[in-house]
This record gives sequence, C-alpha cells and structure tokens, in this order.
Amino acid sequence: MANAHEAVFRSLVDPTRRAIFERLCREGEQTVAALTAVAGVSQPAVSKHLSVLKQAGLVGDRHEGRQTHYSARPAALTPLVNWTKEMTSFWESRLDRLEDLLNRMDR
Amino acid sequence: MSEGSAATRSVVLERELPHPPEKIWRAITRPHLIEEWLMKNDFKPEVGHRFNMTRTPKPDLEIVVDCEVLAVEPCRVLSYTWCAMDLEGVVTWTLTPTATGTHLRVEQSGFRPDQKRAYGGAHAGWKQMLAKLEQILDKMD
Repeated sequence: MANAHEAVFRSLVDPTRRAIFERLCREGEQTVAALTAVAGVSQPAVSKHLSVLKQAGLVGDRHEGRQTHYSARPAALTPLVNWTKEMTSFWESRLDRLEDLLNRMDR
Repeated sequence: MSEGSAATRSVVLERELPHPPEKIWRAITRPHLIEEWLMKNDFKPEVGHRFNMTRTPKPDLEIVVDCEVLAVEPCRVLSYTWCAMDLEGVVTWTLTPTATGTHLRVEQSGFRPDQKRAYGGAHAGWKQMLAKLEQILDKMD
C-alpha cells in the first residue's frame, strides 16, 4: 500500500474522526460549530480532527467571512475501496522479487 | 480474483515457476530470504508463532504487520494472519509440483470470516465503514 493510503487509514481509525467524516459525507458541508454540537467532544478537539482529515485529503475547507465550512472529499477513499487492485499490485511486485531471488539461489 | 463484499474480498495470484517446491519453500519460510523479497521479519514455521513484518518506506514511517502462523505443511501450504492498520486478513501460500517446477498460488483475504479474536468496535467499524464508503462512491459515479 502506498503512503497516501496509510494516511487515509490512520486518519479514519479514530472513531470520533470517522464519525465526523461520515457526517460530512451524509449531510454535506458543515461548520466546526455545527459539527461540535453533535460530535460529543470540544470544539478544539473537532478542529484537530478536521485538520488530520484535511491532511489525509479526506476533507476540504472553504472560508466565508469568519466561518470555515468543511466538506468531505470521498474521492480520497478510492484507493481504500480499490483494496483488491492495490493488494494485487503489491503481491505482483513481491512475487517478481521472489522470482529474482529464486533465480539467484540457483547460482 | 473476486471483488465481493467487504467481508469476503480477497486477491489471488498464481505463477508457474521453474523451480522445485523445496526451493520455493525455503524462500518463503527462512527469515533472511523472506526479507530479500517481502519484508523484514521474525518468522518461524511453527503454528501459533506470532511475528511481525516491517518495512520503512520513508524514514519517519514504519509499517508493521502483525502475523500469526496458522498452517505449515512443508513444501505444500503456508498460511498466516496479516493484520495491518486494524485490517485483518490471512495470507495463504500453496505450492503444487508440476512437470516443469511449481505452481505457486498466493491468496490474501481481506477479512477473516471466522473472527476468533474480538477486535471489538475498531474492526466491526471498519467493515461497516468500507461498506458505507463503497455505497457513497457508487453514488458518485
């Protein structure tokens, strides 16, 4: 798996963060205040979660006046959902290396 | 290769190799050989042995895969769990002798259908999450 996928995985392992992301997917763009109202954690904690999600490419933000609106970018999940393809290419490359090794073991 | 639900997804790769099963078995069961083509590890071919596979794709990022040996049939079958980032799977190697060498098959299942250990919320959450995400992505297409 490439590093981008690891960032996506890591950012979604936390259940609170995952809930925030799911909410953005379901309900569309939201402010930190709106998210905090239902997240069950403090506003700074929500902001921190949003910044992790943003770094992973899962969330985008839009500034409007003093407000920042956050929205989900589910396209960042495509590699995760394409697990089969990703793992196939991982094992293909490892099998190539295994074959190299087997050829070298002959000598 | 099948692309089913999150609970059953798996990948299968097969190769015809011009090498005898005994030699391939060495390459997939000896730690210093495994390291050459797969990852650093402390593997032992003993059922129940727990080990790690590690790699460091970037200096500040170490990937650790937790594994446990499930099956060892010398020169025939090797199977271990493969748990990385809260996703548990099983990797199974099957070696079948042929006239010219060996038919090698590797299968990785994404999630074990018979979860022995309770991974609790994290694991169940992942399955649901992935299923939901697939729905979301389907709708976007």
